[in-house]
Amino acid sequence: MTNPPYDVIIGLEVHVQLRTNTKLFCRCSTEFGNPPNTQTCPVCLGLPGALPVMNRKAYELSVKTALALNCNIPNFTKWDRKQYYYPDLPKGYQISQFDLPMSENGYLAISSPDGEFEDKNVGIIRAHLEEDAGKSMHDEAQGLADTRIDLNRTGTPLLEIVSEPDMRSAEEARAYLQELRLLLTYLDVSDCNMQEGSLRVDANVNLHVHTETDEKIATPIVEVKNMNSFRAVERALHYEVKRQYEIWQETGNRIGDVPKQTRGWDDNAQLTRAQREKEESSDYRYFPDPDLVPVTITNEQVEAFQQQIPELPAALREKLVDEFSLTPYTADVIVNQGPEVVAYFQSLAEHTGDAKQSGNWVQGEVLRVLKEEDWELSEFPISAEGLADLLKAIQQGELNNSRGKEVFSEMLSAGTSAADAMAALGIEKVDDSALEDLCREIVMANPKVISDVQSGNEKAVGALIGQAKQKNPNVNPGQVRQICLDIINAL
Amino acid sequence: MIDLSATSLLAKLQSGEVSSEEVTAAFLDRINAVESRVGAFLKVNSESAMQAAQAVDKKRRSGAPLGKLAGIPIAVKDILCTEGEATTCGSRMLEHYVPPYNATVVEHLLASDAIVIGRTNMDEFAMGSSTENSAYKPTSNPWDLERIPGGSSGGAAACLAAAMAPLSIGTDTGGSIRQPAALCGVVGLKPTYGRVSRFGLVAFASSLDQVGPMATTVEDTALLLETIAGHDRRDSTSAKIDVPQYTASVNSPLENLTIGVVPSHYQDGLDTEIESAVKEAIRVYESLGARIKEIEMPHAQYGIATYYFIAPFEASGNLARYDGAHYGYRTDQQTMLDELSEEANQTDGAGESPLVRMYRKSRSEGFGSEVQRRVMLGTYALSEGYYDAYYLKALKVRRLIRADYDSAFDQVDCILGPVTASPAFRRGEKTNDPLAMYLEDLYTVNANLAGVAGISLPCGLTSENLPIGLHLQAAPFQEEKLLKVANMYQSATDWHTRRPEIQ
Ligand SMILES: [Zn+2]
Repeated sequence: MTNPPYDVIIGLEVHVQLRTNTKLFCRCSTEFGNPPNTQTCPVCLGLPGALPVMNRKAYELSVKTALALNCNIPNFTKWDRKQYYYPDLPKGYQISQFDLPMSENGYLAISSPDGEFEDKNVGIIRAHLEEDAGKSMHDEAQGLADTRIDLNRTGTPLLEIVSEPDMRSAEEARAYLQELRLLLTYLDVSDCNMQEGSLRVDANVNLHVHTETDEKIATPIVEVKNMNSFRAVERALHYEVKRQYEIWQETGNRIGDVPKQTRGWDDNAQLTRAQREKEESSDYRYFPDPDLVPVTITNEQVEAFQQQIPELPAALREKLVDEFSLTPYTADVIVNQGPEVVAYFQSLAEHTGDAKQSGNWVQGEVLRVLKEEDWELSEFPISAEGLADLLKAIQQGELNNSRGKEVFSEMLSAGTSAADAMAALGIEKVDDSALEDLCREIVMANPKVISDVQSGNEKAVGALIGQAKQKNPNVNPGQVRQICLDIINAL
Repeated sequence: MIDLSATSLLAKLQSGEVSSEEVTAAFLDRINAVESRVGAFLKVNSESAMQAAQAVDKKRRSGAPLGKLAGIPIAVKDILCTEGEATTCGSRMLEHYVPPYNATVVEHLLASDAIVIGRTNMDEFAMGSSTENSAYKPTSNPWDLERIPGGSSGGAAACLAAAMAPLSIGTDTGGSIRQPAALCGVVGLKPTYGRVSRFGLVAFASSLDQVGPMATTVEDTALLLETIAGHDRRDSTSAKIDVPQYTASVNSPLENLTIGVVPSHYQDGLDTEIESAVKEAIRVYESLGARIKEIEMPHAQYGIATYYFIAPFEASGNLARYDGAHYGYRTDQQTMLDELSEEANQTDGAGESPLVRMYRKSRSEGFGSEVQRRVMLGTYALSEGYYDAYYLKALKVRRLIRADYDSAFDQVDCILGPVTASPAFRRGEKTNDPLAMYLEDLYTVNANLAGVAGISLPCGLTSENLPIGLHLQAAPFQEEKLLKVANMYQSATDWHTRRPEIQ
């Protein structure tokens, strides 16, 4: 397969709703899902005379996030009015940040454990804070073409994270989003729920088409909106790349030849459509908001926030490989589950003293159950200590791995300790001399096996293991094998 | 009784000589007698004021603690939100708008047990200098009913001059307290930016707007400022600076007073009678032992031009919310839809969306021409490509003007000068000449641009018996000094005691 004759250029703008109790400029609740217009006040309704007062908590969460994205935090930032008319924007302007954002010049590292793309740092141009608009609900179903406005969301703090156009494929874009969401989860700054709109993604995409003379020609940039899942982002980008190349072949339009277009992803039809030009002009007449004072932060305060940042995914992956000897793949799986699973693993490894065994059990059994039951780790009934007891019993040969899994299931369903579950399943350690007696009895009852082994076919002893297990299900197959061989060889 | 100052009335109320009910009834009677000729009020609270007065009297009899203004009637400019009372800003746009909350200043007044006697007329959204831009009615100057009272706090000044209220609340963005105070012969103070909360003051130009006290004496002005000033956590721009007891110090003269005089104030264009009245005031201060020092304000001449960029920039944003979507005036839906469908027939369906048409018509019909002029000016000057040339340049000049003040106040305690270039003009005289109207703010805008404090007090009458105002300005948060210096003048003169005969 030959490479396509173009590079894909993707930049992402991600809006993250910050986890604050109250809105950015008033004290209304930010809770999701309440009846329309029940979380409003004169400030977020934009009533005459009302004034905004900044919620410092939102700024602090933004600083933490920006630091985790390796951004610079200027000592001074200010608020600007982005002016346009829309019914879900009651003031006629959105309070945002224009030329002096609260952070800039960062990056986020992305990698692909299965080698879809090379590891890279995606640049972050800036992350700035702004207030959310309300929601317009177009009620065309009733044939009235009415639009109803819910202003509960108006004024909720949003962090807009703008990447450089550094992504070269839909897969990279998806990896960026997944890594960003994971980072936000570790920082505990957002719910990151795309369905509830707490994480929204717009993509800017175009192509650099290669010519025969090895030139690269940039095609017009298209902004893609309305992508409601990471899968939708990936599909929309694939679609858009294909569409743009076809348009290029038809029209030869270069960047600047046509105005920047906005297209919406239709997940049902699996295609993008040009969106009707907004009712607003693109000239937002940004203007410093005279109702708000600039925000200042000292280097010492920035440093204090830096100290509050927990271990982040990239560092944790490295740690699990370097200090716990996990494979990069297992480390990735565990870290991608979030900080609670990582902590569970670390505790398990500490108690068992065997990180590899612990990693395999977390990855294999614990995560399987979480997925099947659709549980959060907090709902998982077996503590790390409890699971460690089982793993230690396995280490000590009290039972083998597959019996261990049966015990694990029993612990889950009965909610009991490893010891109780093993007892319930009749698993007890077989006494050494009893085991020896059992093996001698079976060996002697199988002269064919004896002669096979004696003539050099050690594998023949396998037939004895099954017989031993039938007589006592608690025997350790490896031990049985070795004892039987010893007996035969001593004959 | 209606000729007494608020301070005197308070003394009589406290001694039990009169009741608030009697005081309030006296002012309501006066309103009944002259308001039809003056037109200072958009709403008179006849009933609720009497009820409030009775409640304060009862509270006083019970011995309960009373607020600073207990039982004193006060008029409030119709731009301060008052819960449950229509707050129109002199605009059709807000004709039926009833706020669900009180402005901080209104809360201070209610907590002080003042009796809110009515809401005063104003230029629409405080844009104007004559109160002719009110969507509802003009207000007459009580000294000459053919003349304007100034603006935008025209009703606020006129009701004092006509003795319809002893105290009044105004707002000042470029001179809107001081100019009408001068033209009506009363006292008006524009506090330092940040001294009084703007929460609930319907915004015109946020970085310039201040609420301030108006009264007939400096002492009353001090009393009212003391009541309304102070930090408010609901206004990020309000200052966390303690409020002095202005009334405690207002009667002590300022020792070693140095007054600054700006020679360029007395150039062509200043009415000669005003010039001689102001110069006479300088002599009064000299006789009181003040040192007079000439100072330069080299950038003052750019004040008007700068103001008429900055105020419209901010106004164009602040007034964007009046779009007919959520509250306030909305164009008639049926008429609009008929109009659109008729147009669609002619243009094959192309044309404006109903939403855009709703915005356009609601704003065109709801705003008067001066408001539209300033919104368009601000919108244009903030458009792409003009930002640096207009906004950034205006900001630079603004900083230079502030620097002029800073260096002046290194040398002098107060700057003295005229408030207006001419006395009150006749109604309609400048209606068709917006630029001439804008020059009404010539001597006052710089205080707003620099954020300093300024006061206007009566200092004479013209040969046509029209009041002349004296302008004193002091450094930020030096209201205490400003009030002392103003009161030195009033203690030595009697211009503030003159009242018009209402024809
Ligand atoms: Zn609110």
